[in-house]
Formats: sequence, structure tokens, C-alpha cells
Amino acid sequence: MQHGRYRFIAGFLAAPLTLYVFFVIWPFVQAFHYSLTDWTGVSPEFGYVGLANFQNLLNDSLFLTALRNNAVLLVGLPLVTVLLALFFAFLLNVGGSSRSAGVRGIRGNGFYKLAFFLPQVLSVPVIAVIWSVIMDPTSTGLANSVLGFVGSGPSDWLADPNLALYCVLWVLIWGSVGFYLVLFNAAMSSIPRDIFEAALIDGAGRASTFFRVTMPLLWDTIQTSWVYLAILALDVYALVAVMTAGPGGPNNSTQVISLQIAQNGFQFGRAGYASAMGVVLFFFTLVIAVVMLRITRRERIEY
Amino acid sequence: MTVTTRPHDADDVDTPEKSRRSAPHPGHDSGDTAVNVFSHTVLIGWSILVLVPFIWALVAATKTSREIFGSPWSLPESPQWSNFARAWDKGVGDYLLNSIIVVTGGVLLTMLLGSMTAYVLARYEFRGNRVIYYFFAAGMMFPVFLAIVPLFFVVQTLGLLSTYHGLILVYTAYSLPFTVFFMHSFFRTLPTEIAEAAVMDGCSHSAVFFRVMLPMARPGLLSIGIFNVLGQWNQFVLPSFLSPEKPVLAQGIAQLLASQRYEGDWGALFAALTVAMVPVVVVYLVFYRQVQAGLTGGTLK
Repeated sequence: MQHGRYRFIAGFLAAPLTLYVFFVIWPFVQAFHYSLTDWTGVSPEFGYVGLANFQNLLNDSLFLTALRNNAVLLVGLPLVTVLLALFFAFLLNVGGSSRSAGVRGIRGNGFYKLAFFLPQVLSVPVIAVIWSVIMDPTSTGLANSVLGFVGSGPSDWLADPNLALYCVLWVLIWGSVGFYLVLFNAAMSSIPRDIFEAALIDGAGRASTFFRVTMPLLWDTIQTSWVYLAILALDVYALVAVMTAGPGGPNNSTQVISLQIAQNGFQFGRAGYASAMGVVLFFFTLVIAVVMLRITRRERIEY
Repeated sequence: MTVTTRPHDADDVDTPEKSRRSAPHPGHDSGDTAVNVFSHTVLIGWSILVLVPFIWALVAATKTSREIFGSPWSLPESPQWSNFARAWDKGVGDYLLNSIIVVTGGVLLTMLLGSMTAYVLARYEFRGNRVIYYFFAAGMMFPVFLAIVPLFFVVQTLGLLSTYHGLILVYTAYSLPFTVFFMHSFFRTLPTEIAEAAVMDGCSHSAVFFRVMLPMARPGLLSIGIFNVLGQWNQFVLPSFLSPEKPVLAQGIAQLLASQRYEGDWGALFAALTVAMVPVVVVYLVFYRQVQAGLTGGTLK
């Protein structure tokens, strides 16, 4: 039996492990290796250049622009998304009868969650196409017709270098809020009801129950969300690639790291250099995840 | 996840319990109403912001290009069903077929290999078990763009660029981490007695898995299956680098947008968009509980 047991384990793990190592782990390891070379991606030969690729990155103004744009998304996306999602979760839960403290919520609760979550299940190109047509710069575009209705002039949206990045940020937020609302809501419903009842008996109102009872109990979830949104902001590609002119324009105002990796790796024949960018991206992701989890750490409340 | 099923009138009925509680707060009910009005206003506002773009896109699929940009808020004068025919001619039929083949193969393989891995890791003690588990779990944290350039060359070397089986294998490999992670915790929650009884009756290890454990894991398989269908159907980054000559639907949409900037056939673009959107929205509406639980479940653990 023992012999058959190990053969069974090996038999079950062989195929998935092979696939995973070949297509996931091996390319990740290779990226670190290539980042130290001048490989073009075309010829089979390449030489080792040490850390030269990384030094060149520091003087690559396009890469630095991309980095700055990613930084804007990195601050804006988690901040606005988490605040909006928490605000909506608050509204969903404090509404309704004041007797039903906690997670009973207001009428239509199910409909709101169904609607808000919808962008999450559609592919990014679909969303990018819809929004880029909505933000048509002509005065009869959908977004501009709304602006005209409230008496404001037409905007250039994605064609305006000062606005384009914020249009991208808006679409990212718009697509993410529903997911985090549902996430926060699920976390809230796992909080035992007696905690809310105790708060109610002690005379806590809706707002103070939310801020002093619910929020602290949700802290772990908020923290995780922050890290996920930060990774999303660093990894953004499809939205920018489909929605912006160029892509990355106008005037590189929506240039991001992932676009730079794709361009250098596949168009400019600088696979080694693109891999170095990938490594930088990896370390940013790692550092942000670790820092976020450390500085926001609080005492964990068990229930 | 609780939806109020209680009739609204119950709020207005002055039960003894309610009068007792609300006695020290005169005017409490009007406060309730004010909060509710405010909440609904804000929430309906955001619902409109989310839903209008989609509804608008569906309507635009039956309009002419001139109507889409000229009178964005009106319904079409006469519905342009030919938009769909032209979209089909522009390759949407091929993109759709490519997506269906790749996602069918990818999801089946992911489910099979993912649940096999998760089962072995969750139910068998052996040296290296934890290492392999974390090895898979780590895959959830890596940015795909770190690997995309080397991955392209791996796939190229194997001669798998722009092939169905190439995409199926890559989709499966990148779906494994979350699938293993999710099914691992699911297999842990299943009772052991039935499997033990089956072993007593002389079932082999793999027969226990296929005949006993997999059927018991059906709810988990459903959640993660839907998650993978949506995830692979919407996959854009991997195919746009690995399958330039056999575009899947998400890629096709992006290419159509790029070409409409000079062709100007926006009606056909929105028709293509509708073809891409409707199946996903139907799956979502039918299974939305599983979808929301599946997508958010992994984050909470």
C-alpha cells in the first residue's frame, strides 16, 4: 500500500507540476537571468553586461515617466476605491430599520451588489472600448453631452495630455469598486451579530457603530484590498494598451511600465533590457506588499 | 450576503418591542427615512454610472456610426441588424470560435489538474507537501509582466505560438495557483469517513478521488469552474503576446477598435462587443452568487 501511495502522489502531481514549472516558474527565473544580459530576443547569442541595464533605466526618461504615471495610479487607485467601496458598504448596511444593526442592510441590497459587481466579470478590452467611445472628444460624445447638460464646455478626455491619465484612473476605479464592496460586505456578514447588538444596547448610533465597531473588525480585509489594488495599479496594461492613443499617449502622458516592457521586449529587440524592467516591477511589487502589510499592521481582533 | 425578504410594511408596524426601543429617541423614524433616502440616492447614482455604459453599448450595436456619435442618447431610427453581419465578416466569428475552443480546453484541463494537485496536497502527508503548496501559492503574487518576455520565447521554442494547444497549456499553467489554493481549502473541509470506507472496500487511491471525492467536491468545483471560465474568457495579456495570429475575442475587440479609428464602422464594433459581452453577462446573472463568492473568497482567506 505504501508503495502504491507514493506512486499515486507522484502520478497526480507530475503533469501539473511540469506545466507550472515550464510556463510559470521557468520564465520568472529566466527574467532575472536575462536582466543581466544584452540579449536582443532575436539572435541566440548574448553577452553578460552586469547591472548596466539597471543603470540605463535610471537615465531612461521614458521609463521614468512610466514610473511616475504608475506612482499616480498606485496612490489614487487604492485610496479612492477603498474609500468609495467602504462608503457604499456603509450605506448598504446602515440603511434599513435602525433595529437591524449590523448586516441586515437596506432594501435592494442584492440588486446593488449585482449591479456594482458587473464590470468585474467583463474583459478589460470591452470596458476600454466602451469608455473610449463614451469619452469621445467631440461635443456630441456621450460624456461631453452630459457636460453640456450641466453647462460646461466639451472636454478632450483621453486626448488631453493633462487629463488622460486620470481618465484611465477613473475607469480602473469604476471597474474595481464593486468587487471591493462585495468583499467588504462579505467580511461584514462574518462578524457575529451579538457584537452589533451589544453596541446597540450601549447606545451607539449607526455612524459610531460603523466607525468604531465595523471598521476595526474589517481592518484585515481593508489591508489585503490595499495590497491587491496596489498590484493592479503596478501591473496595469490592457486598459492603457487599448484605450489610449499610441498606446501610452498623448505625449506619453499615459505611459506605464508594462507598456515599456512590451515595447522594448517585442518591438525594439531589447529583451534583456525589458527583463530588467520586469525585475524592477517585481521588486516594487514585493516592497509595496511588505511595506503595506507592515505599516498598517494593527492588533488582530479575534472573534 | 443577506437580502431582506421581509416586507417593507413591517418597519411601520408599531410592535411593542419597537416602541420600547425607540421610546428614548423621539423622531427616530423620520431619521430612518432621511438616511434611507440619502443611501438610495447615492447607491442608485452609482448603479446608473455602472449600468448606463453597458446598456448604451448594447443599444449602440443597433445604431449607425452617425447616430452613435451624433445623437448618443437616442434610440436608433431603424435597428441596424446588419451591424452584426458586418462584425461577423470582420472576423468576430473566428475570434468567437477561437475563444470557445481555448476556454473549453483550458478550463477542463485546469479543473482536472488543479483538483488533482489540490487533493493530493490536502489529503496526503508526504515530504515536500508544504513546499509544493507554497510553490503554487506564490504564483498568485507575481506580476505577469515580469515573465511575459521569457514566456514568449519559451512558447516560441516549443513551436506553440498561435496554436490552440499552446494557449490551453499556458492558460492552465497560469490558472493553477488560484485553483489549487481554492480547492485545497475545499478538500480540507470534506469529511474523511466516506473516503476511508471506500478504501476499506478495496478502492484504489485514484478511484477514491474520481468516484468519491470529486463528486463530493461539486459545489467547490462549480465556484472555481465559473471563476476560471470568466477569467480565461476575459484573458487578454497572455493571448495578445502568445497568439497574434489566432486572436481570441478579447484581442479581436481591441484590434477592431484600432481599425475603426480609420474604417469608421462603429456600429459593427459595438455589435462585436455585444457578442463578447452577452455570454459573460448571462453566466454572471445565472451564477452570480457563486461568482461573487468565488472571486472574493480567495482574497478573504
